[in-house]
Amino acid sequence: MDNIAGTKTSLSWVMNITVVVLVLLWLIPTIGLLVSSFRDRDQISASGWWLSPFPVEQNFSIRASGDDAVPQGDLFVIEGNVYEDEDIASAFGSETPPVAAFGGTRAAPTAFAPGEVAELSRDRTLSVLEDGSYTFTSPAEFSRDPRIYFASETPPEFSLGNYETVLTSDNMDVAFINTLTVTIPATVIPILIAAFAAYALAWMDFPGRGLLIAAVVGLLVVPLQLALVPLLNLHNQVGIGQSFVGIWLAHTGFGLPLAIYLLRNYMVGLPRDIIESAKVDGATDFQVFVKIVLPLSFPALASFAIFQFLWTWNDLLVAKVFLPSDDASKVMTVKIADDLLGSRGGDWGILATAAFVSIAVPLVVFFTMQRYLVRGLLAGSVK
Amino acid sequence: MSPLIQGVLTIIIGVGGCIGYFFASNLILDKVIFPPKGDNPGRNINRANMVRPWLFLLPAILALGLYLVYPVIGSFWRSLFNRAGDEFIGFGNYITMFGDDQFRISLFNNFLWVLVVPAAATFFGLLVAQLTDRMKWGNIAKSLIFMPMAISFVGASLIWKFVYANNPDIGMINAVRDVFGLAPVDVLQLPFWNNFFLMVILIWIQTGFAMVILSAALRGIPEETVEAAIIDGANPFQIFFKIKVPQIMGTIVVVWTTITILVLKVFDIVYTMTGGNFGTEILPSYMMSYMFRDDGRATAVAFVIMLIVLPVMIWNIAQARKEMR
Repeated sequence: MDNIAGTKTSLSWVMNITVVVLVLLWLIPTIGLLVSSFRDRDQISASGWWLSPFPVEQNFSIRASGDDAVPQGDLFVIEGNVYEDEDIASAFGSETPPVAAFGGTRAAPTAFAPGEVAELSRDRTLSVLEDGSYTFTSPAEFSRDPRIYFASETPPEFSLGNYETVLTSDNMDVAFINTLTVTIPATVIPILIAAFAAYALAWMDFPGRGLLIAAVVGLLVVPLQLALVPLLNLHNQVGIGQSFVGIWLAHTGFGLPLAIYLLRNYMVGLPRDIIESAKVDGATDFQVFVKIVLPLSFPALASFAIFQFLWTWNDLLVAKVFLPSDDASKVMTVKIADDLLGSRGGDWGILATAAFVSIAVPLVVFFTMQRYLVRGLLAGSVK
Repeated sequence: MSPLIQGVLTIIIGVGGCIGYFFASNLILDKVIFPPKGDNPGRNINRANMVRPWLFLLPAILALGLYLVYPVIGSFWRSLFNRAGDEFIGFGNYITMFGDDQFRISLFNNFLWVLVVPAAATFFGLLVAQLTDRMKWGNIAKSLIFMPMAISFVGASLIWKFVYANNPDIGMINAVRDVFGLAPVDVLQLPFWNNFFLMVILIWIQTGFAMVILSAALRGIPEETVEAAIIDGANPFQIFFKIKVPQIMGTIVVVWTTITILVLKVFDIVYTMTGGNFGTEILPSYMMSYMFRDDGRATAVAFVIMLIVLPVMIWNIAQARKEMR
């Protein structure tokens, strides 16, 4: 309806471009994370992820072997090739790029262009050619193996190495299982409890019903922060303490208001005829609920299940308070926020990978069940 | 016992327990306590039907009472005691708290968050909802902007760490600065402005939520009102601001308040990005810094958050009651 004659084409161009820009803005940070998770940590700090399809100039260093020094005239000379070093060879494979620069000191690792002769301290000289072959000379015998610094373009490299590291050595696998363990019971149990309550609030007549519905609406916004201290103390007194049982109970309690609210809103909309004719035919409330209302409410049940799943999977606060803080029971969010950011703070590849491992499952759920998620959101707020 | 097996057991016990409870309690009610036979079966059936709703509601009421109602009172009561919990100090915790610089900073920052995040998220949500309304690829665009909703606050924070990083080879902001020859800055340490860089993360997440709901509301607007405006010669901007926005004002308010409530609860972003340093503390993260150390202070902060939420809660309840009539 916005397309009044004449303005249509230019306006729709502007609209399309604006949306493209917005979508890109929203998408780029996530793509950055995804790309970075496949890159090696040295490549990450050598070039931005947006340049990752291109070769990266990286600095390397090797030790020339002092034992290989051969006396030539009054000089001791080491000859060799930087790419023959074992570590370097494994990084490059058979195709070695030309050396871009070299140097003889840590302070200036790329001070000289290939082919130049670098005059170093103690009258030593170093020269590296583009193909990597070097000549190191010294008037005195080499007492220690001297270092050679050089830079060369490494080809873009993507690997699953970070995933392997994260899943094997950082206990992320344990955290993944723990997250799953917290999430599934915490999603399934509130649904049942809420479904019965929602049915009572939607289809049964009893004094105090309006008050209860109002209470549920009010409880929707109670900040979780209030519950932390009193409930943790309670759990400690009862003997549950910080444990999986405790977090299941907590998530069940915290999820109930939304569950009851969503399900009641949906159940109220079910056709009255079906339920009443079933009752006329002699069905009890229990039978009506189990055989008619529950199957018909599947879309609402699915919406809430997705909400609760995402919420419990992504939760940091409840997990920090109600789960013990030892490595064996950390969930992924706690693992990332408390462990990896501290111990692996500078290792961007590992951080990106850990983050991606933790968001992969919600993303899959999101893209496959988006329909139900949208429906649930609408039932929860537009009503 | 591995937690996974424990989890499976819990599902079985929980689900079985729930079904068993509902089935058994209904059976006992109908067959044992008020059987529809004997002296006056009619009265028994009526009585059974009066009790039954409460059987359906009992587990939910217990859980809600224990996990949401009791904590409101429990937290307030606990906040009147000292750190160890053995000495009644009245409003002592609140008084020392209001004297604490860090608390005042968090209160101020929280005020900024509440001011900026709901407004920005609703604005962008409305913008995208309107722009994609009749676009061929609108659904794909919406789906992509909606996606951050599925990502945890911790995950989102890490994603944005890659945007904000100090190193121009990692952080995009500093990469752009580098192109213009400017020295890299750590945006998370810029006094005052760092708060806004943290808010961007939450806006990024919540825009999708606002968009989905506002987009549905825009679709719900009666065509005739828009058509009438076009016939009267209104331009697209007039149609949007004078015809459409007023009609979905109620939904905009709902979206706005929902995000406001969320802003008051989210501690993850500040916790992950700055740990509350560099003047970025907000109330929820301030509370977490006292959690496990000083329960009296922690509950006092939680109760302050509750007080801020209270008006919204009352408004919500009033709306719900109005709808039910």
